[in-house]
Amino acid sequence: MSQELHLALVGSPNAGKTTLFNALTGLSAKTGNFPGVTVDRRRGFLQVGDSKITLSDLPGSYSLHAISEDEAVTSKVLKGEMDGGKQPDGIVFVADATTLERSLPMLADVLQIGRPTLLVLTMIDELKARGGDLDLFKLQSALGIPIVGVVGNKGLGINDLRSKLTEANKWAIAQNVPPGDTHSRFRWADELLKKVTRHPLSESQLTRRIDRVLLHPVLGLIVFAAFLAVFFQAIFSWAAPAMDFFSGWMDITADWVIETLPAGMMTNLLADGIIRGVGAVIVFVPQIALLFGIIFMFEASGYMARAAFVIDRVMGWAGLEGRCFISLLSSYACAVPGIMATRSIPSPRDRLATILVAPFATCSARLPVYALLISAFIPSTTVWGPFTYQGLTLMGLYLLGGISAVLFAGIFKRGILKGASLPFYLELPPYRFPSFRSVAIQVFRRVKVFLKDAGSVILAGSVVLWFLLNFPQHHSPDDFTPAQAHRAQIEQSYAADLGHAMEPVFGPLGFDWRVNVGLIGSFAARELMVSTLAEVYAYEEIDGEFPGLGAILTTPDPETGEPPMTFASGIALLLFFVYALLCLSTVAVAKRETGGWKWPIFMISYMGAIAWVAAFIGYTLAS
Amino acid sequence: MPFLNPSLQNLTLADLPQVLLAQVVEVEGGCDICERLKELGFTPGTEVRFERQAPFGGPLILTLRGYQLALRPEEARRVKIKSISSLGDIG
Repeated sequence: MSQELHLALVGSPNAGKTTLFNALTGLSAKTGNFPGVTVDRRRGFLQVGDSKITLSDLPGSYSLHAISEDEAVTSKVLKGEMDGGKQPDGIVFVADATTLERSLPMLADVLQIGRPTLLVLTMIDELKARGGDLDLFKLQSALGIPIVGVVGNKGLGINDLRSKLTEANKWAIAQNVPPGDTHSRFRWADELLKKVTRHPLSESQLTRRIDRVLLHPVLGLIVFAAFLAVFFQAIFSWAAPAMDFFSGWMDITADWVIETLPAGMMTNLLADGIIRGVGAVIVFVPQIALLFGIIFMFEASGYMARAAFVIDRVMGWAGLEGRCFISLLSSYACAVPGIMATRSIPSPRDRLATILVAPFATCSARLPVYALLISAFIPSTTVWGPFTYQGLTLMGLYLLGGISAVLFAGIFKRGILKGASLPFYLELPPYRFPSFRSVAIQVFRRVKVFLKDAGSVILAGSVVLWFLLNFPQHHSPDDFTPAQAHRAQIEQSYAADLGHAMEPVFGPLGFDWRVNVGLIGSFAARELMVSTLAEVYAYEEIDGEFPGLGAILTTPDPETGEPPMTFASGIALLLFFVYALLCLSTVAVAKRETGGWKWPIFMISYMGAIAWVAAFIGYTLAS
Repeated sequence: MPFLNPSLQNLTLADLPQVLLAQVVEVEGGCDICERLKELGFTPGTEVRFERQAPFGGPLILTLRGYQLALRPEEARRVKIKSISSLGDIG
């Protein structure tokens, strides 16, 4: 008999719910938002025999008495207060077999809803390894609902579970559920467990031993620092070959298009607008995949909770909590996934404060700009040992971003975001071996969202930029060389008009209209600053050779006798890039995550103001 | 034998680093966080064991109901406890 079923997956954090969801639904899952709130709505699909099952992965929760937005969603979906009053056909309650003392009381809550319910016990292997033994038949008859035991990260019991899911209509609705307050629910759970426990489990000795090092006041910090070092090493060095490969491949494709297709506007648009725009997006994919791979790995292993614990004191000074650090860390690769990662922060105020400062983290799109300006204006002289002025400047810019983020979060939390904050509590799960399959599925999901969110914005921005640079079209006299024609085109383009219009604002920082055009380019995505400037100065060929952008910026222009930029304006531009929110994708994702234009506009304004002031101070001091 | 030290009155979870092993007496009433603390398992009679504390007054880690939880001292103060051990009881 064919049927369609809608089931909801519920459980506390760390119960193994995500691993189970990934094992059941694989790549079929779709991520969206619940209406009106920015809470991840993940739905996966599976076909078992004739049954088409939609599985909703509801946010992890310790209780149905919600104190945060995502917990409220869980409770509403189960009670049928969302989705037009439709309750799920069945509830799949996921509980870690090793922490039933804490999760059974929540099950009591769920049973009171009175829907057919299935209890899935995860980590059955760990329970046995730690000497625990439960009488599942007794538990099943005491609860009056079916139970399936699984080992999610090894895929054991999954097939059994799959066929159980098709029988959702036959799952019993529990009778004799303890009503009422938290205390009596816990007493009920304690008594129940006493009855069904054949042998209690011992503590995870491995976890204790690892924690003795990882949570040690001194050693713990060293491990944490090493973790950060590996993290940055990974996203900058290990991702580099893949990024170079993609950008090289994009250049080859663009050149091929120009050579092969008939010359003309459309070919130009395709090569310089679209292909390079796509390239500007795809080039970040290896880094973002690696970033999330590392984060999800450490999360599933149990270390992320420890890292949040170790760093909680520092985050506390900023008025934030340990978990905010994971978002800020992600933002060092790209603020778009960093802001998406704030969804795991339970307190709305902490979450907003983190979103407001996340763009200060030195994202990888700044790196090409920093590299260009540093190589052009900072001497490569050695200061001491392996340290050069250039290297120290880069390090300083990274630190400046991080310090500013924490500083401003503190200011916001003491000012506009003041108020009672949510409690900080963090479960430290035992260390576990992550499921590579589950991590890979999560990474795939994040990359997909990034491509959709950032990709559309960057591509559109790149096309608009191309129009601004190429229109209105200039018809050069026949005796112009291609370089002269290009210069004439740029100088009377819409982009140049905009660049001139920006002069009153950016003149005091030492930027001329060409740099301003580069800034326009950086609005689509920061790294487009470099290719835009290259486009603007493309006429600067010396004997048919392009001398390199850094050299052009510091060499006096033959017409004006002055270099396009000085040391002082170079410093100003660096500082401007540290602070300004030059990234439409970030603005777009901030709008979505804060539910309106108010906060993104605030971010653009306050970051712009700080950027201008910092650049002005830098320019004045360096002049 | 567990015993109640009469000199240790009005203890809260924030004092757990001194007493190491304790029993929950009650959670203060009347706020979101207090209800949540109960739901995390801090119900009367629950045994709570100190594991460690982050330096400079950072969060403390404790074991209750077979799992480990980190709490900041501010939150820990909401839970009243009584000692059921003296120093050195923990191996």
